[in-house]
Amino acid sequence: MIRLAGLVSITLITACSATTEVSDVPELAAEDIVSASVFLNSETRALQEDTFANPGYLWVDRGEALFSQPPAAGPACITCHEKGLRGVAATYPAYDENIGQVLNLEGRINQCRVTQQSEPAWTFESDELLSITAYVANQSLGEPISVDVNGPARAVYEVGRDYFQTRRGQFNLSCQQCHTENWGKRLRGDTLSQGHGNGFPAYRLEWESLGSLHRRLRDCDTGVRAEPLPYGDPLYVALELYLAERSKGISIETPGIRR
Amino acid sequence: MNRVAILAALILSACGAQDAPLISSRMISGDAIVEPLTKTTGDAIRGEKLFVSREEGHCILCHKVDGLEAEFQGDVGPDLSFVGDRFNAGQLRLRIADYQLVRPGALMPSYFRTHDLHQVGKAYVGETVLTAQQVEDIVAYLADRKTSDDDA
Ligand code: HEC
Ligand code: HEC
Repeated sequence: MIRLAGLVSITLITACSATTEVSDVPELAAEDIVSASVFLNSETRALQEDTFANPGYLWVDRGEALFSQPPAAGPACITCHEKGLRGVAATYPAYDENIGQVLNLEGRINQCRVTQQSEPAWTFESDELLSITAYVANQSLGEPISVDVNGPARAVYEVGRDYFQTRRGQFNLSCQQCHTENWGKRLRGDTLSQGHGNGFPAYRLEWESLGSLHRRLRDCDTGVRAEPLPYGDPLYVALELYLAERSKGISIETPGIRR
Repeated sequence: MNRVAILAALILSACGAQDAPLISSRMISGDAIVEPLTKTTGDAIRGEKLFVSREEGHCILCHKVDGLEAEFQGDVGPDLSFVGDRFNAGQLRLRIADYQLVRPGALMPSYFRTHDLHQVGKAYVGETVLTAQQVEDIVAYLADRKTSDDDA
C-alpha cells in the first residue's frame, strides 16, 4: 500500500508537470553556431554593417549623449566609467554580488540609475533605456560573447534552459524545437535562425524601431499563442543568460538589423 | 480495486477539470480516428482556404503543397503534395487533431486539443486551434492530395 501511494504520487507529479521533454535533449554543435545575420539577404546585412545607414545608430548616438550628460540629482555615467565600457556587454547577463541577483544589461543600467545617480529606473522599451543599452552594447561590437554560468549564476542558467526546452502555448512548441532542432529550415517567409541574442537591442524592419531582446522573446512566445512574460521578468533574464551561454563564441552585433 | 479507482480520479482532478482529452481512446483505432468529428461532411475547398489562411489553419507555415497558390510555403514539416497516397482520412484526422497521439514528442502542433498545454495565452485558454468542422474540411482537402489526382 505504501508502495502504491508512492507510485501514485510520482504519477501525479509527472502527469501534471508542464514539461514533456525527453531526457536526451540535442544541443547546437559548437562548430555550427552562427549569428542570425548569416540568414539575412546581402542588402540587409550590408545595411547592418554600414554605421551611417544602419538606423540603429540613431539610438546608439542618443545613448552616447545620455552617457555623458549628468542627470538632475547625480553624476553622469561617464564620471564613473571614464574609459567607457568596452567588452562589458559581452559578459552580460551577470551575477551582481551586492544584490545577489543575475542582471541583464538593462537591469544593470537601471541599478546604476537608482543607486549611483538617485534617479528613477527607466521603463523598458523607453527611448532612453533602449538608447543607452544600445550604446553600451555597441561598445562591445565584435567581442565574442562570454558569460559566467558557474558559481551563483548556475541555478539561474538552469531555469533559463528549462524555459527554452519547455513546450508552451496553444501551439505547444518550445524554443528548442524551432531554434535548435530546425534552424536553417523555412517557416513561411522566414529562415529559422538559432535564436541568439547577439544583435540586440536590434532594429527590426517589422517594428520600424529598435527593440530589446525581451521584445523579441515576447514576439516568439506570442507566435505560439503563449502568454508572453512582462518586460524584465526574471524568467526572461534567466532565458537571456541561457541564450548567451549557448551562443558562446559568436560576437556582439548591436545594433543588428533584422526582418 | 476501489482504492485504485479513487487514486485514478485523484490523478485526473489534480490536473484540472479542463484537462480531459477531446480525443478519447475509444475514438482511436490503430493510428486513425475513423469516425468524422462532425455530421457535416468536410468541404475540400474550404479546407484549402484554411490550409493557407494566416488566421486559421496556416499549415503552409511549415508545409508545402505543389500547385497551391501561396507564396513562401515552409519546410519545417514534410511536403504534403501527395499525402493522400500515404494516409487515409482517418489517419489524417488523428494527425491533425493531435499528432502527439501518433508520436509523443512530435513537433507538429495539435489542432484539436486543450489538455496538458502550458502557459497558453489568455485569449486561447480552453480553445482548440481549429473547430471540429475545420479539421474535417482540411482532412477532405488533404485526402485528395494524390498522385492520380490532377485537379491542382
Ligand atoms: C514556431 C517557431 C518559433 C518558436 C517556438 C520560437 N521562435 Fe524565436 N524566432 C522564430 C522566427 C521565425 C524568428 C525570426 C527569424 C529568426 O531569426 O529565426 C525568431 C527569432 C528569434 C530571435 C532573434 C534572433 C535574431 O538574431 O534576430 C531570438 C533571440 C529568438 N527567436 C529566441 C527564441 C526563444 C528564446 C524562444 C522561446 C521562448 C523562441 N525563440 C521560440 C521562430 C520561433
Ligand atoms: C510548426 C510546424 C507545423 C505546422 C504549423 C503544421 N505542421 Fe504538420 N507536421 C509538422 C511536422 C514537423 C511533421 C512531421 C511529424 C513530426 O515530427 O511532428 C508534420 C506532419 C504532418 C502530417 C503527416 C505527414 C507525413 O508525411 O507524415 C500531416 C498530414 C500534417 N502535418 C498536416 C498539417 C496540417 C493540416 C496543418 C495545419 C492545420 C499542419 N500540419 C501544420 C509541422 C507542422
